[in-house]
Amino acid sequence: MDVRNVHYGVGSRTIFDGVDIAVARGSVTAVMGPSGTGKTTLLRLITGQSTPNEGRVTVFGQNVASLSREALYALRRRMGMLFQNGALLTDIDVFENVAFPVRENARLPEPLLQRLVLMKLQAVGLRGATRLMPQELSGGMARRVALARAIVMDPEILIYDEPFVGLDPISMGVICRLIRQLNDALGITSIVVTHDVKEVGLIADHSYLLAGGKVVAQGSAAELEATQDPAVRQFMDGAADGPVPFHYPAGNYREQLLARGDLR
Amino acid sequence: MIGSLSGSLGRIGQVALFQLQLLKACGPALLRPRLVVHQVYNCGARSLVIIMLCGLFVGMVLGLQGYDLLARFGSESALGVAATLGLLKELGPVVTALLFAGRAGTALTSEIGLMRATDQLTAMQMMAVDPMRRVVAPRFLGGVIAMPLLAAVFNVIGIFGAQLVGVTLMGVDKGTFWSQMQNSVELRDVNEGVVKSLAFGVICSLLAVYEGFNTTPTAEGVGLATTRTVVVSSVMTLLVDYMLTAAFLKV
Repeated sequence: MDVRNVHYGVGSRTIFDGVDIAVARGSVTAVMGPSGTGKTTLLRLITGQSTPNEGRVTVFGQNVASLSREALYALRRRMGMLFQNGALLTDIDVFENVAFPVRENARLPEPLLQRLVLMKLQAVGLRGATRLMPQELSGGMARRVALARAIVMDPEILIYDEPFVGLDPISMGVICRLIRQLNDALGITSIVVTHDVKEVGLIADHSYLLAGGKVVAQGSAAELEATQDPAVRQFMDGAADGPVPFHYPAGNYREQLLARGDLR
Repeated sequence: MIGSLSGSLGRIGQVALFQLQLLKACGPALLRPRLVVHQVYNCGARSLVIIMLCGLFVGMVLGLQGYDLLARFGSESALGVAATLGLLKELGPVVTALLFAGRAGTALTSEIGLMRATDQLTAMQMMAVDPMRRVVAPRFLGGVIAMPLLAAVFNVIGIFGAQLVGVTLMGVDKGTFWSQMQNSVELRDVNEGVVKSLAFGVICSLLAVYEGFNTTPTAEGVGLATTRTVVVSSVMTLLVDYMLTAAFLKV
């Protein structure tokens, strides 16, 4: 998978200003960046939900933006995606959620389908939860079910959109381990979009750091840790002030407080 | 003024485009009747109690008011005809549509809207499943099928209610009530009601799924969309009712 010189903007707001990202087959690649840098937008471009204004996104050697609807759907059958909140279908139970892509996209005999689903649920440790409804699951469990659903069609690329957000340390560790395990066991190529620096260090082969519409740093976790670039350092260390300012742009503080009338 | 006019024109265009997309998705959806049947149950069977209850009351009121009106001309015997025509041609389809918008339409909008807000629709697209075919079209078809059936139930119960009040309470002769009805009510009266209820079914279901599918994905957005479904469906139902009535009477 390859992202080449991509420019993208909504209205007058530029989100990407020439981004290059290459993902090697079979690796875990992390895309990091502060909130609002367009990490999720990048995933939308990769999956063909949005089209870049300039540049091209290539997946399996095909230019995503130029694909017809049918070709795009065929491409998506080879990808799995884990959404921020799991995005499980709330009107069917865990088993049916995992079975859903198979039932919709293929015709499998029921006994085979059931065994397939149980195997995927076993892989994420939730074989015992088949009859639970999505509302009955904790955040971490919901995400594991969504992960089982994402791998049920045996995708070649797995995309994780903020897989660690809002999880307790245990669930975080579980998801972290699963990403690495699934990647190595199934020979999947994984793309993880996140802002959790520590977790990424544990699992990613290669990381990209996005800021201001550009890739500001890339490399292995150790290489990123060693960079001296202030923008990278602020992100890695979690400093409140730096190249990304603490204050939203505003006028003179003293003048505003001392002015008369409506101060807003 | 001009801004809001072009805004609403734009919306009408959007709904029309949505309708085209939806019709394209309806064919494949019909190939999976189980999904559609499930939605007929969702929209229809679950609205049944409220439809029957309201039908009974509307019919009883018709019995009272019709009796009062007709008694002034000494033609109480025509109560059966009056109540039945009123129900078949107007009150049945219209009141059912209004109730349908409030009960089933809002449920459709909020359901699809919440699916949008929680990324379920995007997730389906990512699983190479077209939400238009899988989610929207079956719900639309379910609504379109359920609506005439509900109107028919409403009519039956309504006529029963009118008979209950007219015959047992006000003392209209039972034989006259039914025989007059049989003599005067024609198939075209029934057809008018069926055509109307179908049209209202299309309008209410279309607006409900449109609003749901295009919800702003927030809690507030879902609430607003639900409100809009009821308001726009009701207004459109009454507007189209006038147009259809005029067309049927060849005014």
